[in-house]
Amino acid sequence: MAQNSLNDVQKIVVIGGSAGSLHVILHVLNHLKADLNIPVVIVLHRKNDSDSSLSQLMALRTDLPVKEVDDKEALIPGHVYLAPADYHLLIETNKIFSLDDSEKINFSRPSIDVTFQTAAEAYGAGVTGILLSGANADGVEGLEAIHSVKGIVAVQDPSTAQVPYMPQAAINHMQIDKLLNVDQISELINQL
Amino acid sequence: MDTPVGEQEIKLLLNDLLEIYGYDFTDYAKASLKRRINRLFTLDRFPSFAEFRYKLRTDADYMKRFIEQITVNVTEMFRDPLFYQNLREHVLPVLATYPFIRIWHAGCSTGEEVYSMAILLKEANLLHKSLLYATDLNPQVLQKASTGIFPMSQMKQYSENYIASGGKEDFSRYYTASYNVVKFDEELSRRMVFSTHNLVSESSFNQFQLVMCRNVLIYFEKDLQGRVFALFDDSLENLGFLALGSKETLKLSPIISKYRQEGKEKIWRKIH
Repeated sequence: MAQNSLNDVQKIVVIGGSAGSLHVILHVLNHLKADLNIPVVIVLHRKNDSDSSLSQLMALRTDLPVKEVDDKEALIPGHVYLAPADYHLLIETNKIFSLDDSEKINFSRPSIDVTFQTAAEAYGAGVTGILLSGANADGVEGLEAIHSVKGIVAVQDPSTAQVPYMPQAAINHMQIDKLLNVDQISELINQL
Repeated sequence: MDTPVGEQEIKLLLNDLLEIYGYDFTDYAKASLKRRINRLFTLDRFPSFAEFRYKLRTDADYMKRFIEQITVNVTEMFRDPLFYQNLREHVLPVLATYPFIRIWHAGCSTGEEVYSMAILLKEANLLHKSLLYATDLNPQVLQKASTGIFPMSQMKQYSENYIASGGKEDFSRYYTASYNVVKFDEELSRRMVFSTHNLVSESSFNQFQLVMCRNVLIYFEKDLQGRVFALFDDSLENLGFLALGSKETLKLSPIISKYRQEGKEKIWRKIH
């Protein structure tokens, strides 16, 4: 990355959620500030259908542009991106998305780990990874990758999660920087 | 992040592949390639990168495995049923007007999509005057595709996809089951031609009315995508159709001005 400016670290927020996370994501979107200047990437385990109603539902909750990612789309600060159903979502080091329809990982496609790991490689310490409610262990390795590049690792407080297994798996496994209730998630993003 | 095979090492491997074997992966999208190479490195338990590289450089059989493993060969029949419904309702009636129909499945992998297309053509009573050219860079997957044999375990899903795409028949009439596999009717495969073709390095070999290339270009960097679009453009007759995967687009390509998107699915028609 260019070293010509001291505060040149580009930032990104990556959010992963599974069972019980949709209402959390909608709540977070509702509270994002209008002049947010970093991209927000959401990976949600969901049924394998290619209709776009989920991104439309999300777009109702925020004035920020919300869109399901197309292949080779460039990441733009202040935009909210949703991983498409049935593809892994990867981030290239030149800050564009690419898609991959290889095998499921942790029984999931999109896999949270894949997006978190490639975000860590592309953005380094500029990454904030947030893992929400869910019933499987996807996302834990991704958070480790973010931790290893000195990004911020946050998980939803399991006591506030509809399905605590996924955030709890992260807590059992590694050092967490922030344990957040639902309101604190948008506060964290707005302060980045 | 520390992966055993980093960016520099990947460059070395891709150069080896190109120089020794003539396979050019240098313009593949790196994030996915890196994941798959590291997955293979771990899977095959190499003690060091040097040994991994040596094996690849010196063992042509291992090179085949390497290519099969770093390319993605996940596919299914009637994937995205609405796409197939669109083919059925809007593209096939146009193809029907030709005396002879030529379709190219570029990057067909194990052939599920080619058999899906053959079923559509048969149901439209067009199969007898169609030829389906199915190509892939990988000879092993083509060999599999040409047998028409698929796992029984997939048939429930494929049958559901088929029905969702507007299929009216009993899907099982198209195959014969035997233990845990099924074999699709030779009536379908008789109209297929399987051949290796590398989109990266080879040129156009025929003129088609429909080119299908779904979820192949996602593995390429943008510049390479542009070159492949030009190759498809060379291979399409005027008023021919180009069909891509559900998240792929012609939008950012220089040839877009010659094409018009047909409906909501990722199907473009060459209009100039």
